[in-house]
Amino acid sequence: MSDVVEKTLTALPSLLSLDSQPGSAKLSSTAKLGNLIRGITELTSKHEEEKLIQHELASIKEQVSSPNTTMRQMRELMVRAVYCEMLGYEASFSYIHAIKLAQQGNVLEKRVGYLAVSLFLNESHELLLLLVNTVLKDLQSTNLIEVCMALTVVCQIFPKDMIPVILPIVEEKLNHPKEIIRRKAVLALHKFYLIAPNQVQHIHNKFRKALCDKDPGVMTASLHIYLQLIQENAEAYKDLTASFVTILKQVVGGKLPMDFNYHSVPAPWLQIQLLRILSLLGKNDQRTSEVMYEVLDESLRRAEMNHNITYAILYECVKCVYTIHPKSELLEKAAKCIGNFVLSPKINLKYLGLKALTYVVQQDPKLALQHQMTIIECLDHSDVIIKRETLELLFRITNAQNVTVIVEKMLDFLRLSKDDHMTIDIVGKVAELAEKYPFKHYSTMNAVFSLGGDMMQPEIPNGFLKLLSEGFDSEEEDRKLRLFAVSSYISLLQGEPSKLPQRFLQVICWVLGEYSFLKEDLEPSVVLGLLTKLLDMKSSSSETKSWVLVAMTKLCWSEAAVSEAQQVAETYSSSFDTTLRQRAQELQHLSRDSQLHSRVLPPGGRLEPDEVVDSSLSFLDGFVSEALSAGAAPYKPLHQRQEELSRSKVLSLEPYGLSLPISTSSCSITDRQSPTLLSTSSGLSGDGTDFSHRGSSTTLRLDGVKRVWGREGYLAQKKPVEEVAQVEVPSPLRSPSQQGDANSCRSKTPTPTANPECDQEKQQLASSLFGGLSSQSSVCLISGAAKMVNIQRFRRKAKGQRSSSTTNEQRANPTVSSASAVDNLLCNNLLEADTEPINSSAKQTFQHPHSLSVANGACDAEAILTDGDPKERNQPLSSEDFVEADDSPPREDQERSKDSCLTPHLPAELSGFSHSEIIPLCSSQSLDLSACHVQTDNSVVLVVFITNTSEDANLQIQVFCVCESPVEEVRGRSVSVRQYSLTVKMPLVHFELVGMLSYSIPAGMPQAMMQFSYKLPLTSFIRPLTVSTEEYGSMWLAFSHDTKQNLTLIKEEREPLTATLNALNKKLSLHVVEIIGVEGLVACSLLQDQPCLMHCRVHAGRLAVWLRSPVPDLPDCLLYHCQRALQEP
Amino acid sequence: MDGWMDGWMDGWMDGWMGGWVDGLLLTIGITSSFQMQFMLLFSRQGKLRLQKWYVPLSDKEKKKITRELVQTVLARKPKMCSFLEWRDLKIVYKRYASLYFCCAIEDQDNELITLEIIHRYVELLDKYFGSVCELDIIFNFEKAYFILDEFLLGGEAQETSKKNVLKAIEQADLLQEDTKVSFSPSFLMVWSRNAAEVRDSCRGSEQADWV
Repeated sequence: MSDVVEKTLTALPSLLSLDSQPGSAKLSSTAKLGNLIRGITELTSKHEEEKLIQHELASIKEQVSSPNTTMRQMRELMVRAVYCEMLGYEASFSYIHAIKLAQQGNVLEKRVGYLAVSLFLNESHELLLLLVNTVLKDLQSTNLIEVCMALTVVCQIFPKDMIPVILPIVEEKLNHPKEIIRRKAVLALHKFYLIAPNQVQHIHNKFRKALCDKDPGVMTASLHIYLQLIQENAEAYKDLTASFVTILKQVVGGKLPMDFNYHSVPAPWLQIQLLRILSLLGKNDQRTSEVMYEVLDESLRRAEMNHNITYAILYECVKCVYTIHPKSELLEKAAKCIGNFVLSPKINLKYLGLKALTYVVQQDPKLALQHQMTIIECLDHSDVIIKRETLELLFRITNAQNVTVIVEKMLDFLRLSKDDHMTIDIVGKVAELAEKYPFKHYSTMNAVFSLGGDMMQPEIPNGFLKLLSEGFDSEEEDRKLRLFAVSSYISLLQGEPSKLPQRFLQVICWVLGEYSFLKEDLEPSVVLGLLTKLLDMKSSSSETKSWVLVAMTKLCWSEAAVSEAQQVAETYSSSFDTTLRQRAQELQHLSRDSQLHSRVLPPGGRLEPDEVVDSSLSFLDGFVSEALSAGAAPYKPLHQRQEELSRSKVLSLEPYGLSLPISTSSCSITDRQSPTLLSTSSGLSGDGTDFSHRGSSTTLRLDGVKRVWGREGYLAQKKPVEEVAQVEVPSPLRSPSQQGDANSCRSKTPTPTANPECDQEKQQLASSLFGGLSSQSSVCLISGAAKMVNIQRFRRKAKGQRSSSTTNEQRANPTVSSASAVDNLLCNNLLEADTEPINSSAKQTFQHPHSLSVANGACDAEAILTDGDPKERNQPLSSEDFVEADDSPPREDQERSKDSCLTPHLPAELSGFSHSEIIPLCSSQSLDLSACHVQTDNSVVLVVFITNTSEDANLQIQVFCVCESPVEEVRGRSVSVRQYSLTVKMPLVHFELVGMLSYSIPAGMPQAMMQFSYKLPLTSFIRPLTVSTEEYGSMWLAFSHDTKQNLTLIKEEREPLTATLNALNKKLSLHVVEIIGVEGLVACSLLQDQPCLMHCRVHAGRLAVWLRSPVPDLPDCLLYHCQRALQEP
Repeated sequence: MDGWMDGWMDGWMDGWMGGWVDGLLLTIGITSSFQMQFMLLFSRQGKLRLQKWYVPLSDKEKKKITRELVQTVLARKPKMCSFLEWRDLKIVYKRYASLYFCCAIEDQDNELITLEIIHRYVELLDKYFGSVCELDIIFNFEKAYFILDEFLLGGEAQETSKKNVLKAIEQADLLQEDTKVSFSPSFLMVWSRNAAEVRDSCRGSEQADWV
């Protein structure tokens, strides 16, 4: 560093001396910039700087618009303008000149022009269109530098709509003799793929050519595209696995030119890219994974040198090993690697080690056990980032035994946390844990509410209230809990309520309103008094106030309370806030009429779940028609008003661009979904009738939530671990080297110099933190084969568990101590890029039919597989019927012909319907697994073909997960067909079904397992919904989930709307109800009977659509498919 | 009725809008690749020296992010971890002399390799300017941008061979003398001129032949 300082000092005079050089009457370009920079450094105040820059900008502005300015001067002006922008001053007047410079200047000036353009403009800037012609010209230039510059700018910004203009020329550049041009062309195509995937669909074979390019740089560039493509659809690129493996082998083996070495490690970036691709390809695919074991082993072995870059590769390698189909030796090695990270004295490596542990710990919780002392040290680390990552890790290993300690640690962290984002995240985690382990959670929630403040996700208080109101198994327990809540809240309110966050106050209000009658010695008037105090507090928001009023409404059944309530109602009945006014009115009426009160809000009464709510408000029809006839203006829905507003003001309120995540309702934005979310975000929360309305509209899902969050589900999944834990709880005094893997722990055994007491404390902490994790003292030493089986079993179990897991991927359920969570994670990391963010928190699972009751809406999505559809059940088909001798398919058959071979095996009752292409899922030496789905009128049936390819051996197979099917035998060279009817539990853009097949050859031998997955789009489940316009109208009003978006219209001269809707009808089988002028009504339903309505309107050359459905997320998912359908040529 | 519906819808919409005010997170959600989100260079005094954004953001957001990040990073102590969690992103930063290099990546990305990307960029700058210092970057920031664009394109490492990056830059640099020259074998000879000479020509801005 001192070197650099010295250098700085020596460079200074030479730079400063520039002015003093003789003959500088005409200051050259850099000197002017130098003057500016120097001028700024001499200034002392921000104000002076502003003045100077404004002056500078004014002078630049004057010069750029002067006709006498040469391009050369322009170049220097642009540099200065860029500098000003970097300082945070806008120089938008120069944008157009930057484009002009790129257009007209010579090479050097062009270069600055392009640079300025790429720094000034972003993708959506309208001036960018002016650049298209310049780029086009430069791409065709004979000067290679110009071509390079044009490609560089294209890789950074280019208007999406103009891609077709330059695409052919860019494609042509793939054959250019210069590698640099080819490389940039590949990157440009990558860019195109990212912003407009459909535009480059036809040139996928050219990517393959780029992959085979003789220049490593071009090949590396093509990997960016492949990573993207494989993320979206790994199946389609399995055939390239061997090529990627070969490339990696060559790289690792040092076959690349020395140029690509970085600190004597061969092409690390390339290696990492390849490892990422391999992990995507090998995920859930044993056969593909087997191809890469060798090279992964090689990579782990080679990366020995102690440098950051090798650790970077190792980290990626470990991730890959834990992602693909497991192999015990590799897992062992990877685990050892993680040890090196965690135990490293370098803080960056330690951080990465924790991250890796977090990643793998669900698959192998014992790994955390090995490093328990390190983890505990990290928990008290001075760097908050390390602490935070440690908590993340602990969160994933939480079980019934250690939850109290871990929650305590998280709360400690919260007390010190200053970062909002972290606070929100940790609060969410604590709340999740608290809800999962309800008996320990009450006081925790108080802490969460007061610490989390108003930043926490709104569904946390919602979930808490739900839990409280629905209760657990025992009435007595519920009563105690509620009573405790009431007493603690009363004392909180008697303290200093103004310090409590608004959300917490709202929770308090609700609880007091509902349950304060449980506390017999508490007079309602006392509660009312406390609540009134809240109303008078300046800090209370109007939302809180309406919660208070609702609580008062519930409480005003006693004589003494009435007068107070009346008074309050009086005050607020003239409030400016309509919601408050409404609540005050309710309070007034109900407090006056005690009969009505006891009927509407019986004290302590549960809300009637089957109360019918007329959400279309048809009982008001008379009133409305009367008002209309009296000359009132008809009601305009909000969107219409907004549109009118935006039309008149030109200001667009619509979100721009492709905005799937934006248009998802707040449910998915906040990640953690709670069915009751809408009830608070609607601003009406707290209203009794409203609650019951929501409740009834989503009854199905609510039931599920209760079970999952409650005790039942959790017990079911925790049992095995607990049993194990009882066998062996690590004793507090046992030294770490005694337990588990001595190899990695010994070095970390606390040194003798450390304070023994402190050690003991840590040991105790360790035993409380890692309780329940240890099972056997030999941790890593389980023999390979046994471990394989272990993992397999875990996987299998996981399917059942996942159905009851309450979390989505981001916060994968820590109690699912198995591969499933890792699966989830990986999927999250790598696989889901394709399906747009909406899918990123989603994953569907299979379930055993018997675990159906546990199934619920809390899992983001799931497809339930019941064993056969009703039809099948009526006439049970013996497995024999399906197993047919099949002498035709030789194993070498191409897939195409396999399709046709398998087609005859389709069950007869399905033969009338069109089936999707039969896709091979996975195969082993003796077994091929293929599947397709058949869309019937009222169901989607997944048909799985299991082909025994071996000559003679009989197979015994059993399909797990899908449903525990009976063991059956499949004779050699025959096909067994299974069919499963699929039901959508929660809409998603794409569904991925995961299943497991266990088989043994010959029958009776040890079993082998095969995991397979099958992907199908939402559209398979969409059927047209035939309704009349009137029915449509009434349904429209009743649906609560909606989304809006502008779509492209199909360009057609005469009737673009009709053409567009017909296209949707054809591609997505949506039913066009009616087309009225520029508006169109479209309806469809998701099997079974989950309607979704679409209202289309042609507006400014675009199709403004508004989708509504009673099913959350369905509008968003469907919208995605509409977008896709209309983008396709 | 009107009022009731109003309140309900408006409230709901508010929650909805609220979700995407925090636009950065969502923008990033769309691009689920491993590409870098942005790179910032700033001095110990918090002065921005270079900024490169690989995700489209509004100027306002850029300023806000820059301000917050510069503050956060400068507050970190020297022995602390080079990685930061910030909003939904991972920030990887490293200090070289008086200059902080700071990159934002997605959570799933590999922090260490990003750290090495920074280091490689510094190596490139160093080689180009000849033991680079902050002043080189201040006064020749456009050159620093050129090098960056040659090394990272659209947030992905484009060319990892040090030689190739510098070759591309210097070819373009030297072309200024005669714009009609295109690549030729003799060019490589010109390219391999003494690095110091190149440096001088960068600095010696008064020379007429520079333009």
